[in-house]
Amino acid sequence: MQTTKVTCVICPVGCEIEVDHELVNGVETVKEVRNNKCPRGLKYASAEVVNPERVLTSTVRINGGEFARIPVKSEKPVPKSSLFECMKQIRQITVTSPVKMGDVIIPNVAGTGINIIATHNG
Amino acid sequence: MTMNVDVAVIGGGPAGLAAALECRKNGIENILIIERDKQLGGILNQCIHPGFGLHVFGEELTGPEYAQRYINMLAETDIKTLTDTMVLSLSPDKVIRAVNSELGIVEISAKAVILSMGCRERTRGMLRISGTRPSGIYTAGTAQRLVNIEGYMPGKNVVILGSGDIGLIMARRMTLEGAKVKGVYEIMPKSGGLRRNIVQCLDDFGIPLHLSKTAVEIHGRERVEGITVASVDENLAPIAGTEEYIECDTVLLSVGLIPENEVSRSAGIEIDPKTRGPVNNGNFSTSVPGVFACGNVLKVYDLVDNVTKDSVLAGKAAADYIKNN
Amino acid sequence: MEIKTYDFAVVGAGVSGAWTAYELSKYTAKTCLLEKENDVAMGATKANSAIIHAGYDPVPGSLMAKLNVRGNALVRELHEKMDIPFRQIGSYVIALNDEGEEKIKELYERGIKNGVEGLKLLSKEETLAEEPNLSDDVRGALLAPTAGVCSAFEMSCAPAEVAENNGVDLIRNFAVSKVSDDGDYKLVEAADGRVVRARVVINAAGVHADEVAKLFGDDSFKIIPRRGEYSILDNNCGGLVKHVIFQPPVKFGKGILVSPTVDGNILVGPTADNIDDKDDKITTGAGQKVAFDGARKSVPTVSERDVITSFSGIRPIGGKEDFILGFSDADKSLFNVSGIESPGLTAGPAVGEYVVEQLIKNGYALEKKADFDGNRKVFRFNELSDEEKNEYIKKNPLYGRIICRCETVTEGEIVDAVRRGAGARDMDGVKRRVRAGMGRCQGGFCGPKVMEIISRELNIPMSEVTKFGGGSWMVEKD
Repeated sequence: MQTTKVTCVICPVGCEIEVDHELVNGVETVKEVRNNKCPRGLKYASAEVVNPERVLTSTVRINGGEFARIPVKSEKPVPKSSLFECMKQIRQITVTSPVKMGDVIIPNVAGTGINIIATHNG
Repeated sequence: MTMNVDVAVIGGGPAGLAAALECRKNGIENILIIERDKQLGGILNQCIHPGFGLHVFGEELTGPEYAQRYINMLAETDIKTLTDTMVLSLSPDKVIRAVNSELGIVEISAKAVILSMGCRERTRGMLRISGTRPSGIYTAGTAQRLVNIEGYMPGKNVVILGSGDIGLIMARRMTLEGAKVKGVYEIMPKSGGLRRNIVQCLDDFGIPLHLSKTAVEIHGRERVEGITVASVDENLAPIAGTEEYIECDTVLLSVGLIPENEVSRSAGIEIDPKTRGPVNNGNFSTSVPGVFACGNVLKVYDLVDNVTKDSVLAGKAAADYIKNN
Repeated sequence: MEIKTYDFAVVGAGVSGAWTAYELSKYTAKTCLLEKENDVAMGATKANSAIIHAGYDPVPGSLMAKLNVRGNALVRELHEKMDIPFRQIGSYVIALNDEGEEKIKELYERGIKNGVEGLKLLSKEETLAEEPNLSDDVRGALLAPTAGVCSAFEMSCAPAEVAENNGVDLIRNFAVSKVSDDGDYKLVEAADGRVVRARVVINAAGVHADEVAKLFGDDSFKIIPRRGEYSILDNNCGGLVKHVIFQPPVKFGKGILVSPTVDGNILVGPTADNIDDKDDKITTGAGQKVAFDGARKSVPTVSERDVITSFSGIRPIGGKEDFILGFSDADKSLFNVSGIESPGLTAGPAVGEYVVEQLIKNGYALEKKADFDGNRKVFRFNELSDEEKNEYIKKNPLYGRIICRCETVTEGEIVDAVRRGAGARDMDGVKRRVRAGMGRCQGGFCGPKVMEIISRELNIPMSEVTKFGGGSWMVEKD
């Protein structure tokens, strides 16, 4: 059994959550979670030990927009280990105005199964 | 050109948008928002990271999404906006002088005015760091605008001075865009940024946070070539012998924000020397009757959700003022 | 590569070189102005006290004395015509002890000999009545009403602009590194290989003038760089003093002064340190302390707390106790304008006149141009009435777009600054010409926009926009 301290980043409170976990048949398995003030913290801390994920935000080039870039994000968190793979793909994209908030800019970014979407009209 | 309105809102960022919408909700009809940028939303537009809206919308949004939701709400009302328009002055009898390229000088007489101009960043000059004057020294917010709105990287080898939230956010952003962030140096024994930002923006990428350390000299004639940092004692004075040279081509400053009150001063509004914003005479009213202030122009907030909450109250107060006068 | 031929090549677009080029642009002779940096006024001209001295300081009979007094008169005569910010606020040299009292009497006598107008010795009471924030130790003062403060940068930019508008070629980033003979002409070569031909080379290279002279085999003088550190105080200290306040001069210059700037701030400085490196323009904590401790002897309430920015400048000390002005003994095609230390800024316009006089005296037949236009007008949005602003905006909508919020500078003014004669080529060039980025936020908001305007106007990518030329790039290549 191993105990890992996780600082929750879901909201600005920043709970210091303790997670007991161990390998079960080669799979990292959570046994107990303590010190979380809300259920979102429980979910986050467990995932942080088993498979840490992050929402990725960046910008892509846009032609014909008010500005040179339009902001985007991953629709759901992507595995932390694939952040730089995703960025590589995001950097190569150029879109053309008009784009609406929520439009899919890159489907299935870096094979993660998650879409990159626009976060502003442009 | 002259205009007459019930409420004039100076600044179309989160504070101004929330206050204007609240005025409308309270039955005020003739509302004008004056914004200096080409688009509404203010600094939120360059804060492309998530972490906004948990309290107001019950979900986590990025800055641009938070702004776009308010812009969409505004589009459903008859609130007027003047973008790309700079306010030059405000008089104590609530006449605003503004200018843009289409209308020239515009004089706007308002029954009530809401100040929501936001804040600006502290600069190198205020820190009085010794050394040369090369290019490559940016405030974190300026770097954020360059990267996120204009699409340009200020540099590749970065040192960040101060651990304010914008500095932490930019450490991650620059790293994701391929820069090497060598470290964040904070003069205080504790970071001024949110803990979640230290975890998500520094720890995630192995960027060290050095506490009780400050810059003592900047090097490089043309472009920044390096910076000397040193540990500080309890009086925040550098300790001789602890100097350390760090090679870098870019220095980002994240050393605090100051409410932007030049327009407030032009109306003779009393400024609180502590917050550096207008004195709040209760209900977000300033020392000049009928002029209200909300958001970062009043005091520097950590969270945009709280700006929105307070700005709603300010909007309501402005609406009540008009009804009672 | 085509090599252009000139009658006169002026080396250095500081105050002396710019005024020399200005004077030469009144004649049909072909002149070029060679500048090692990306802009004019990048050396001693840029960072000094910005004071137009009355002329009681230099030794009577010296070139310094003559050109100081003449330069002062020319600035007062030309500043409106050429739109050079100047305020004739007068100066006080204050006496704080017996020695000081002797010294100001001596300066008064000198001033009379030098032909300075309006000098007056004031009593303690008269001094304090005018300047109540001075130290109570003050015994009296020498008032010089013809002294004033100016924009040091405009003192060089304005004549350079008029010169360029009247046919002088301003060639930037031209660091003179080799000189050779070509019959009647000199071949002047830059570090990057560009070459110009010129009959006479006028050496106004400031702290580097000795190096340029050496290329002609002239090693008759050596320039010692002397660094001075200054601080600018917030404009809420603007009323602290009304005149330029000097202490009696000391061995290394005119001592620490406290003075209003032409923009309404307060200037404190300079220190005086002889240094080894001619480009070592750092500011130091120790230097700041010397400057403020010195300043407090005159004005006890001056405080470091009000500093908004600090800078340091290098003064070229020629070691001859007078300006070095004239044809070189080593090479008659070299005319030295060197060792132009204080009061070099004031003397600038007179130095230009003097150089042309000497050229004519030495047999260079110069013919006046019929169409010389010495007028210059800079549009400053802030100074216009609302009606005038509206008219301008109607003609050019860019005058209605405020780019710099702190100093209220419009896009139109920034575009003008780039397009004018001897115009801006970089961020600092724009800042010095129109004050964009000079205010409280120090370019935080307007910086990215100014970069874009420069990139657009010069048709260069953003990655080639610099802070001040050379390797001072602003952003990476996209």
